[in-house]
Amino acid sequence: MNNVYFLNSIRFIGLLLLQVLVLNKLNLFGTINPMVYIVWVFLFPYKKNLNSILLLSFLLGLAVDFFSDSGGINASATLFIAFIRLPILKLVLGKSDFDYPLFNLRNISFGKSLLFLSTLTIIHHFIVFMLAYFSFSAIYLIITSTIFTSIATIILSVLGIIIFTNKK
Amino acid sequence: MLFFVLQIIALGFTIQHHSYHKSKFVNSSNAFTGGIYNRLNSISEFVNLKEENLRLIEENVFLKNSIQPNNNKITPLNDTTFSNKKYQYTFAKIINNNYTKPNNFLTINKGKNQGIQQDLGVINSKGIIGVIKNTSNKYASVLSILNRSSKINVKLKHDNHIGTITWNSKNPNIVQLSDIPRQAVLKKGDTIITGGKSAIFPEGILVGTINNFAFENNQYTEINVSLFNDMTSLGYVQIIKNLEREEQLNLEQQTENE
Repeated sequence: MNNVYFLNSIRFIGLLLLQVLVLNKLNLFGTINPMVYIVWVFLFPYKKNLNSILLLSFLLGLAVDFFSDSGGINASATLFIAFIRLPILKLVLGKSDFDYPLFNLRNISFGKSLLFLSTLTIIHHFIVFMLAYFSFSAIYLIITSTIFTSIATIILSVLGIIIFTNKK
Repeated sequence: MLFFVLQIIALGFTIQHHSYHKSKFVNSSNAFTGGIYNRLNSISEFVNLKEENLRLIEENVFLKNSIQPNNNKITPLNDTTFSNKKYQYTFAKIINNNYTKPNNFLTINKGKNQGIQQDLGVINSKGIIGVIKNTSNKYASVLSILNRSSKINVKLKHDNHIGTITWNSKNPNIVQLSDIPRQAVLKKGDTIITGGKSAIFPEGILVGTINNFAFENNQYTEINVSLFNDMTSLGYVQIIKNLEREEQLNLEQQTENE
């Protein structure tokens, strides 16, 4: 159990620093900054009780906000995907209930986990850009930034998850 | 339940942040984030030394040229050196730079302890950069001109027509000029400088040149200005304190109230 706490704390700090010190300065093709820190939300242990993940996701988002001067944008979006994580997963797997302690994202088929990951990423990015532009007239910009940044985030997160986690 | 409480807090921060001058809590000018950015910057600064030196040399040459006429004459000393000084300059280093988001902020390595306050202008030798927004003891965050809530008063260099610079968050080298009256005659390549109206920037700080514009229904619709400054690569900046700002604002307030 201690091992789980330790792993998630290290991941929290590591992803936060990776995000604010490297990825926020990346500017791929001029404008794209993938938001890979949300991988933390995907990998956090799946439990029936939501309190811990909601609080921690909020803190993770807020920490990113502090570094990038963006109000509560990341906190709000990260909190939202933490909230809808379980319902989306159940929808993707087509199950109403599953074995929480033994669940591992690597054990379900690649297609399903990719679908799960992409859905949450796109929702997260859409909220981030919507709150950042904060106006209906910028809807075209919001949608294009969401699409391109999501593609970059999904590719990086999938690679990261494959490299740094193991199938148990 | 917890979800809704936290979501309301997050949205509260966001809304507060979108109204200028009010994000007191979530900003990168606090000691912790400022300290981390400062560490990181000392590494990247080393890589850009060459470019920064070139910029300093260019500025030196420009300044030397501008004082040349008085060089050989003996100018009578007036004792008004301090009494009529309107602007006070100090320098700082950019330790965090953003330019890809719709609302960009920079962080500099000087704060309240060095006399930095809200609403001071930030420039470098090539032109304007932004306005100080929040300060902590050792750091300050700057509202970049590449921000949707940034509005800078400017004018055309050749005929004094006044306008406003805003940014549509598309290209970090191009800003938009609005509020130009229809009788103004624009040409591609016209220089835009700051107007003295704002009480933050002195008159005549460089901004950019007109890139292209559209004239429809007898008025200017969209005027794009390419900046002199490369906002994607900033090093040292100068901060301008207007010593007569209080006086000017009080007078304007008084006149409006009458």
